[in-house]
Amino acid sequence: MTIISLSEILGNALILLFLVGIPLYGYFRKVPVYDAFVEGAKEGFPTFIRIIPYMIAMLVAIGMLRASGAFDLLNHALSPLLTKIGIPAEIIPIALLRPFSASAANAIVADLLHTQGGNSFISHLAVIVSSTTDTTFYLIALYFGAAGIRKNRHAIPASVMVDIVGILSAIWITQWLLQ
Amino acid sequence: MLNFIWLFMMVMSVIIGLITGKIPEVVLAVTDSAKFAFTLALGLTGVMALWLGIMKIAEHAGLINLLTKALKPLLLWLFPDVPANHPAMGAIAMNMAANILGLSNAATPFGLRAMAELEKLNPYPGVATNTMCTFLALHSSNLQLVPATAIALLAATGALHPTDIIMPFVLSSLCAVIAAIVISKILERLSRFKPVEISASEETVS
Repeated sequence: MTIISLSEILGNALILLFLVGIPLYGYFRKVPVYDAFVEGAKEGFPTFIRIIPYMIAMLVAIGMLRASGAFDLLNHALSPLLTKIGIPAEIIPIALLRPFSASAANAIVADLLHTQGGNSFISHLAVIVSSTTDTTFYLIALYFGAAGIRKNRHAIPASVMVDIVGILSAIWITQWLLQ
Repeated sequence: MLNFIWLFMMVMSVIIGLITGKIPEVVLAVTDSAKFAFTLALGLTGVMALWLGIMKIAEHAGLINLLTKALKPLLLWLFPDVPANHPAMGAIAMNMAANILGLSNAATPFGLRAMAELEKLNPYPGVATNTMCTFLALHSSNLQLVPATAIALLAATGALHPTDIIMPFVLSSLCAVIAAIVISKILERLSRFKPVEISASEETVS
């Protein structure tokens, strides 16, 4: 059995365990499962209405910034410094984009996988770097939007610092273990 | 802070767009991203309704209670401001469990629920609490047991040992988790991040 199908089977099994296992357990605990499901699912749409303005605000600003070529400029400006601390040039755009846009970072990762092959060190590093961080700015907009938070306090600096630690440790630990 | 960051991002994209000559792309990105945000949120809504429904069953069946009880020492240590049996704890526990198992589609609805529940406990409505900031910082560290997508991607493009990445991945995620806890506990004590009630003048602006 190949790794792809194994991880796929595992992932599907987990989802089904939650999706069918929980109602099954509920049924045996005499929960009216259908009614309970509908009661919970009703919260879905009001959440949509709450988050949509925040998501449009954040994603439009990120989209404009990407289209302007700002990330390419930043990449050029930072790469001499970043290659000095051991970050390979191919990884820099992934690290810069990942907190803003998962799809943009994934596109670069896919391109690296395509050109360098899945067996190369750089491809291993690329997928690790993009999985150790989350789309921080999108998450903050989404989560705070859902709760109606307008003063973020230290949420942004804390999350950005965590991203930096995550990316740097991913690069250094991977170089140490796999290179 | 988002007021400034948001404006900065838009002004910068116009200035940089003028320099790089990419103004048409910037303008195009406005409508494209707005549409994309809407479809993304709409797609999220379906999945969200589904998992919120499942969560309600789990709640009625007592499963959330079991999970929260199992994670209680950890949760109380991480989020000392939340009462142990508050619904927010249940949602946080479900979010963490889903994230660690790699079910990010399920994790988001639980996370949004957790934030809404945390807001009910908030002494200063509209101002982020320490718990919210720690929770978000932890979220940024993206801890998973097995990075299934990454392994599948490598395997699909010809890696001989794609599972090699598990070790460095888990170690660097742990570094990020430790950083998330330490950084948010330090920053929440700084006076410049002290929670202050939203003043009347700001209220009218919003």
